[in-house]
Amino acid sequence: MIGLEVHAELLTESKIFCSCTTKFGGEPNTHVCPVCLGLPGTLPVLNKKVVEYAVRAGLALNCTIANFSKMDRKNYFYPDLPKAYQISQYDLPLCSNGYVEIEVDGKVKKIGIKRIHIEEDAGKLLHENTDGSLVDYNRAGVPLIEIVSEPDMSTPEEAYQYLTKLKSILEYTEVSDCKMQEGSLRVDTNVSVRPVGSTELGTKIELKNLNSFKAVQKALEYEIKRQVKVLEEGGTIVQETRRWNESKGITEPMRTKEEAHDYRYFPEPDLVPIIVTDEWKEEIRKSLPEMPHHKRERFIAEYGLPEYDAKIITSSKKMADFFEKCVLEYDSPKAVSNWLMGEFSRLMNETGKEIDEVPVTPQMLAKLLKLIDNGVISGSIAKTVFEEMFGTGKEPEVVVEEKGLKQIANENELREIIKKVIAENPKSVEDYKNGKEKAMGFLVGQVMKATKGKANPQLTNQILKEELSK
Amino acid sequence: MELYSLTIHELRELLKKREVSALEVTKSYLERIKEVEPKIDALVTITEDFALQKAKEADEKIKKGEDTALTGIPVIIKDNISTEGIKTTCSSKMLENYIPPYNATVVEKLLEEGVIILGKSNLDEFAMGSSTENSAFKTTKNPWDLSRVPGGSSGGSAAAIAADEAAFALGSDTGGSIRQPASLCGVVGMKPTYGLVSRYGLVAFASSLDQIGPFTKDVTDCAIVLNTIIGHDPKDSTSLKIDKPDYTSYLKEDIKGLRIGVAKEFFGEGIEEGVKETVQESIKVLQNLGAEIIDISIPYVEYALPAYYIIASAEASSNLARYDGIRYGHIAEKYEDLIDMYMVTRSEGFGKEVKRRIMLGTYALSSGYYDAYYKKALKVRTLIKNDFEKAFEKCDVIIGPTSPTVAFKIGERANDPLAMYLADIYTVSVNIAGLPGISIPCGLSDGLPVGLQIIGRHFEEGKILNVAYAFEQANKFNAKPQAIGVQDNEVRSSDWLRGPCRTFDREQNLL
Repeated sequence: MIGLEVHAELLTESKIFCSCTTKFGGEPNTHVCPVCLGLPGTLPVLNKKVVEYAVRAGLALNCTIANFSKMDRKNYFYPDLPKAYQISQYDLPLCSNGYVEIEVDGKVKKIGIKRIHIEEDAGKLLHENTDGSLVDYNRAGVPLIEIVSEPDMSTPEEAYQYLTKLKSILEYTEVSDCKMQEGSLRVDTNVSVRPVGSTELGTKIELKNLNSFKAVQKALEYEIKRQVKVLEEGGTIVQETRRWNESKGITEPMRTKEEAHDYRYFPEPDLVPIIVTDEWKEEIRKSLPEMPHHKRERFIAEYGLPEYDAKIITSSKKMADFFEKCVLEYDSPKAVSNWLMGEFSRLMNETGKEIDEVPVTPQMLAKLLKLIDNGVISGSIAKTVFEEMFGTGKEPEVVVEEKGLKQIANENELREIIKKVIAENPKSVEDYKNGKEKAMGFLVGQVMKATKGKANPQLTNQILKEELSK
Repeated sequence: MELYSLTIHELRELLKKREVSALEVTKSYLERIKEVEPKIDALVTITEDFALQKAKEADEKIKKGEDTALTGIPVIIKDNISTEGIKTTCSSKMLENYIPPYNATVVEKLLEEGVIILGKSNLDEFAMGSSTENSAFKTTKNPWDLSRVPGGSSGGSAAAIAADEAAFALGSDTGGSIRQPASLCGVVGMKPTYGLVSRYGLVAFASSLDQIGPFTKDVTDCAIVLNTIIGHDPKDSTSLKIDKPDYTSYLKEDIKGLRIGVAKEFFGEGIEEGVKETVQESIKVLQNLGAEIIDISIPYVEYALPAYYIIASAEASSNLARYDGIRYGHIAEKYEDLIDMYMVTRSEGFGKEVKRRIMLGTYALSSGYYDAYYKKALKVRTLIKNDFEKAFEKCDVIIGPTSPTVAFKIGERANDPLAMYLADIYTVSVNIAGLPGISIPCGLSDGLPVGLQIIGRHFEEGKILNVAYAFEQANKFNAKPQAIGVQDNEVRSSDWLRGPCRTFDREQNLL
């Protein structure tokens, strides 16, 4: 059984209890004030936007929103925690009892969401100094939601699907940018095994240091195997926290239950209870955008996309928005979807960039596709052009011009080249005339080679056939 | 008549008429401080240059006609209230050299009016104590008898006002820390309703109980200071939005028909006979003024002290966790690793009483003990609130002694925490219930001041001030502490009579 705890940083402008910026980066300890540094005498004041964003997430994840909830203190010592307690929520979280639906092997499965609560982030330790560590408190007080799932997942694949879906919903509702590399999305997981048919819960192990969804999946796969092996050898699982070692591909012990903190939770006396009225809740509900599964259905109906394409394109709101803007300019949805799922996604994966970090706009992609349709460039040249656009942000026609990639569509020019190719390849011409169709492909290839791929494919075929039948 | 012996409203008259300047007033107080501080030890920091500069600015303000009720009036601030650029030590080794980069909201409000900060006053470390003996720096003496404590934790502020070191002072009251020292030093001290005065900048001891309030020489001054320091603060979520009343409008002598509750629980075991008699005579004074005296009961008040020590210590254990040596304050010189650094830093930085309360609070919040201690204490808190609510159905204010005893000897209770905790037996329930309470001097017992506590409903400071003012007018407390200028043993003989109705002319007792 697998349960996940996901921490997501909220996209509010200012921190949860003061007006400092939440922007990522910045010189260490420049996004701080007496409040988020926890100086003696300072008091927190709850940012209303944080509640609003958390309620948005809660509604999008089908949760019950508490009319009355409160903040609590979670006490523990660590240098990155300025007050030596984290203001969080304990027994009365803002959202509870939700779910998300995932698809595994074509079947829909509901994964329960136990609770979502709001809390403040801690600072960051910098270990670059050899004499000791330094602390950067820029992140201290950045608002977080912690989303705790029910232990409803039974395979690492389901955990992966759950995370993908969760990320997509959080992005859709625009409450978090979910960038794992910047730490705005962090995942811990609990896993236990039990014999088939048993209803008794196994001892759970908590896994930490999971830096990507793939890492979650791999760590779970490893950990399940490890636990099964321990039990099969007659051993027992000891409740503990283990960390995923990415380079070794194993989980290692971190701390045992005995070493676990007693957080001494108690109600935060510096803050008043959080009241969410029904009116406010409805207002937030009305402001929710179209959710991924609705968008997917609409894309199938409205643009005639195959289900597979629609699912991929709508998995990210930014991708879906890009798609729709592009289709407005270039009315061939399937071609746009092919490009987004193909070249576009390939380069994003290679560079680790998000769609909004890529300099290519929907209008630019539409222009590129029009250049193919108009015969200015071929489909294969278009890939070269796109790669240049992706790297530099240049308009497609500029790239074509600068690199001299215009298609050779001049019949006389092309005929001269083809004649030369025929003259230089008597063997292949012979083979073709003897009925070997393959030889035709070779000759086309030679033409492309001679023109550096710029020959118009249809015209090349046509002229080649004419010249060969002479 | 020296300037330093005047009240705020008396000084105000002189300043307004330009008979004196703020600079003269300030200098008079600075002189006074130099004269009496060696005996009293009320102050941790004296801000002479800052005060002189502010005095000049105040005179400018007055010249331009931009002055208000507190312009040019000198104040002393308890050293757990944050002052920008001025050390705020909480009388702890932990914060010995800590200089805050910001002002508490109350300080900001005072500075805007042109108040002159003369210095920061001594307290029991982090406001934990009832005698000011828990200060890491010095023991403040009671101006009435230098061998006795001034009370605590705001003992420095109370002693400073009793010794005329400032026109008024600010303190903080978590379980009686304004009222009890006011009582022991013979001055007026008020703890306002929880949420009336912003706590922003008050170094937290127990967040759900702490409240800032004034020490003054009379009830009128108390109303004047209250007018300035109250009000909603967007930086403090627990400060309430209420219409700001003019508290001076409540300063009336008429209390005819007002129902005054007297709870038998406030005259129980441990009360000194002299205190009891003085307070009972004070009740008669109020009765003679036309108030109706009603017997009431607050049965759960006997659990107030234990509940208080659980709630306050629990919150303190969390509030004081931030003093870990990482960002500011004391840090251990030698340590082996992170945990060791925490332990050495905190062992060295905190005094005995602070450590005791951190341990108490940590224990009360620990898993497995939370229900038995903290949760139960919160239930008691609700019961006490209900008790007061019921009592206030029958009366408008409740009166009784502020402290069961007069000032005790330095060292007498220093090694007996339980005896020390009993000093707050009549004051803690007011914090537990979040109510406003005042202590005003009502007479002397064995030559030492006795305080009368008047408790009101939430946000009914006005009614408290009305009763306090009526009493004060009928029963002028003009006695002045003798210990600073005169040999105390002589004065405390039969010349000093017990009882509230004995009054003394100020001139007779000039220091």
